[in-house]
Amino acid sequence: MEFKFAIEGGNFSKAGSASSEVKKILKQLNVNPKIIKRTVVSLYEAEVNVVAHAFEGNMNVDIDTDKIVVKIEDKGPGIPDIDQAMQEGYSTASPQVREMGFGAGMGLPNIKRNSDQMNITSKVDVGTELEIINYFG
Amino acid sequence: MIVQDIVEKLGLKVCSGANGLNREIEGGYTSDLLSDVMGNADENHVWVTLQTHKNIMAIASLKELAAIVLVKGYEPEADAAEQSNEEGIPILSSEEEAFELTGKLYEIINQAK
Repeated sequence: MEFKFAIEGGNFSKAGSASSEVKKILKQLNVNPKIIKRTVVSLYEAEVNVVAHAFEGNMNVDIDTDKIVVKIEDKGPGIPDIDQAMQEGYSTASPQVREMGFGAGMGLPNIKRNSDQMNITSKVDVGTELEIINYFG
Repeated sequence: MIVQDIVEKLGLKVCSGANGLNREIEGGYTSDLLSDVMGNADENHVWVTLQTHKNIMAIASLKELAAIVLVKGYEPEADAAEQSNEEGIPILSSEEEAFELTGKLYEIINQAK
């Protein structure tokens, strides 16, 4: 099963709506609640990253019998140094975004902790592609 | 222990989501960083924060939290209250600061266990 959700850059009022849709689908499929929880954390963080940093993006979800593969692609500033971005506490979020309680530099580490596989590639001034894979077994 | 119990014991104001006052509480988490709550709070937790914008409801809904308690008399923004009513996850408000409120909640929730 494949699903695609659009993510609007800068629109915080909608942040989390794509993750919420995926959660509903996984619940309907009776996926193990522990795996749903992990997946929801990683997808929410990925979605917020697009909202906070990019102009626009998509969440492409592919659900198989044994796993969920999610690709989040955005058009945006990209990440110059992925290793640095992966460090807990490192963030380039704006002061306004930080005031809302985002931008604590915990997003990518949260994704890593809550996914079985995480692959990230990025081109500066083009965009970022993030792949999250979680196994149901 | 349900949300209504902490409303009564701590004299909290029910700002929205009154249809969820019978939700079960099993613990709590206090933080104003959304990713921290996303990563560390758990289902049926009550969340103590000073954030009042709509994204607190996205977190509460995704994590299936029992309720949100705003500190220092803060009130939720209109769109947050609206989502709280729709999802039946109450947003409560306390006149106290996070430290005092968290201490009291910790005691009440642990006594009930």
